[in-house]
Amino acid sequence: MGKTLFEKIWDAHVIAEDEGAPAVLYIDAHLVHEVTSPQAFATLRERGLPVRRPDKTFATMDHAIPTRIGAVEIDWPDDAATQVRTLRENCADFDVPLFDIEGDVQGIVHVIGPELGVTQPGMTIVCGDSHTSTHGAFGALAFGIGTSEVGHVLATQCLMQKQAKTFAINVEGALGTGVTAKDIILAIIAKNGAGGGVGYVFEYRGEAIRALDMASRMTICNMSIEGGARAGLIAPDETTFDYIKGRTYAPKADAWDRAVAHWRTLKTDEDAVFDRELTLDASALEPMVTYGTNPGQGVPVTKHVPRASDLDDPAERRSLQNALDYMGLTEGQPIEGQHVDIVFIGSCTNSRIEDLRAAAAIAKGRQVPNHVEALVVPGSKAVKAQAEAEGLDRIFSEAGFEWRGAGCSMCLAMNDDKAGEGKYVASTSNRNFMGRQGPGSRSLLMSPIMAAAAAVNGRVTDVREIL
Amino acid sequence: MQPFTTLTSTALPLRTENVDTDQIIPARYLTAVTQEGMGDGLFSWWRYARDGSPNPDFVLNQPQYRGSEILVAGRNFGIGSSREHAVWALTQYGFRAVISPAFADIFYNNSLKNGLLPIRLPEETVGRLLDLVEEVPHTSICLDLPSQTVTLPDFDSSTTGGSEGPWSFDIDPFRKQCLLRGLDDLGYLLDKEEEISAFEAAASL
Repeated sequence: MGKTLFEKIWDAHVIAEDEGAPAVLYIDAHLVHEVTSPQAFATLRERGLPVRRPDKTFATMDHAIPTRIGAVEIDWPDDAATQVRTLRENCADFDVPLFDIEGDVQGIVHVIGPELGVTQPGMTIVCGDSHTSTHGAFGALAFGIGTSEVGHVLATQCLMQKQAKTFAINVEGALGTGVTAKDIILAIIAKNGAGGGVGYVFEYRGEAIRALDMASRMTICNMSIEGGARAGLIAPDETTFDYIKGRTYAPKADAWDRAVAHWRTLKTDEDAVFDRELTLDASALEPMVTYGTNPGQGVPVTKHVPRASDLDDPAERRSLQNALDYMGLTEGQPIEGQHVDIVFIGSCTNSRIEDLRAAAAIAKGRQVPNHVEALVVPGSKAVKAQAEAEGLDRIFSEAGFEWRGAGCSMCLAMNDDKAGEGKYVASTSNRNFMGRQGPGSRSLLMSPIMAAAAAVNGRVTDVREIL
Repeated sequence: MQPFTTLTSTALPLRTENVDTDQIIPARYLTAVTQEGMGDGLFSWWRYARDGSPNPDFVLNQPQYRGSEILVAGRNFGIGSSREHAVWALTQYGFRAVISPAFADIFYNNSLKNGLLPIRLPEETVGRLLDLVEEVPHTSICLDLPSQTVTLPDFDSSTTGGSEGPWSFDIDPFRKQCLLRGLDDLGYLLDKEEEISAFEAAASL
């Protein structure tokens, strides 16, 4: 029997498997940021251990830093400054390369990894961040780990892991106009549930996936964790190779040809069997909006917030009721037309240049009403520079959006970008958990073009009506 | 890591599904550079009013559950962010075990690395435990890791027809040994130096 893509990558990285113990898995690239690493470096110091492979370790700062233009010099909250200082000290002491906010490569860890060409097909990639699944878009086995495991990888370049099961998600057909990768993944999670992928690695397959560019593939793999799967994979193809070629850490000359020849073998064999499968028809999808407090609570924009009486399971009914109480929404109400107070375009899900171009095309020539606060936070300094070279910053500014520096920002509200109590946030990020975007904030997750449309209309809008 | 063998304690009922790690410990507590101080932030959105005073409606603030070392919660506990801070918050507050029908993968792994025992039991069993501890808060629950069972020492199963346990739970045998002996993975991995070096040498050819 053939192997799945996941099994091929897994098998190539197991370096030991003792009887009765989990496998020891070798890690090819380890991404590090300021929030989940300090305690891991502290463990190394306590035990007198070096970082085994600083050449396979890449650090940046993204979660806690300010993104207001000019804030870097002026108003660092003390605790964020301490974290950044600690990361700088750790990287200097352990020889780990750091893409510092004072340089020109810094950005959200899952945006700069691919940008630099660190992310390559067939690799194992980890980071102390659940959205590490993003890198699966390149056919890399990439997943988030806790801080204890960050320490294990720093010290040994290995992790003890139990092999996951495989789950094929087939997206057939072609997407309609105004329907994007974000809508595909929100539809998958709405169908399969926020916990539906626990214990599995997703592999996204089918005609609709093959047609996507790398930014869109990253959006989908990024939110695998919101469906419960630690990792999501898309087999590499010409689109992948074209993206990687020429990037800083990409193989060069003969090594490039050898790498591509190997990468072409990284696909699920015809006769391989998945543990589970799910199929979606892309042509039937519509723009999605979440109404609840987990990413599985989403509906097409033309539909209504569900009613408790539609649900059979008492736990699901309770979950819906709690969500609607928190969100201040009414069961059965149309989601279209729901007013929004804040619009956030950014995060490791949707802050790449392609996302910003699409949102700018909607914003162009339109105006954000005065009562709506709208932010655009590019995923990296490179994205910011590219957007500025294309004039996207001016389009956004003229339309009434605030243009920011690179970072995680209001996706998780660790810095000073916080939505206020009870505010509705049309957000391109990945989580609508209670208080995620600020104490009492109410998130409505959607695609970048849907968020731009919500910004200019001040309410949830079917973007297809204004394309 | 603190070893785990057996624990008999009252339990705190959290009848909520999909408890994400942002609820367990909000991002603002993540600016620390040490593990300390997380217990105060546990469930902070639910536990405190916006002015910082305790919310009396939240179960953690109810005196009858004070001192409980077992948390019983709805399905999909620990979804979301990989922050190990969520586990540190639970253990620093005083919890030593969480019972739920299903856990998110990263949270489950993080628990095992900190001596917090995550126990998966069927939905009906967790529902029964929630009913019991809500009705009779001083109900003791006994968790026995060597035999992988959950029992209710206050109940005599011969008279209740077996509906009050014992219930057995699954755990990976290796993880069980690590918990029983208080071992972490790092020592094991450091012992694999030879295999790691051999793999790296072969990969660089």
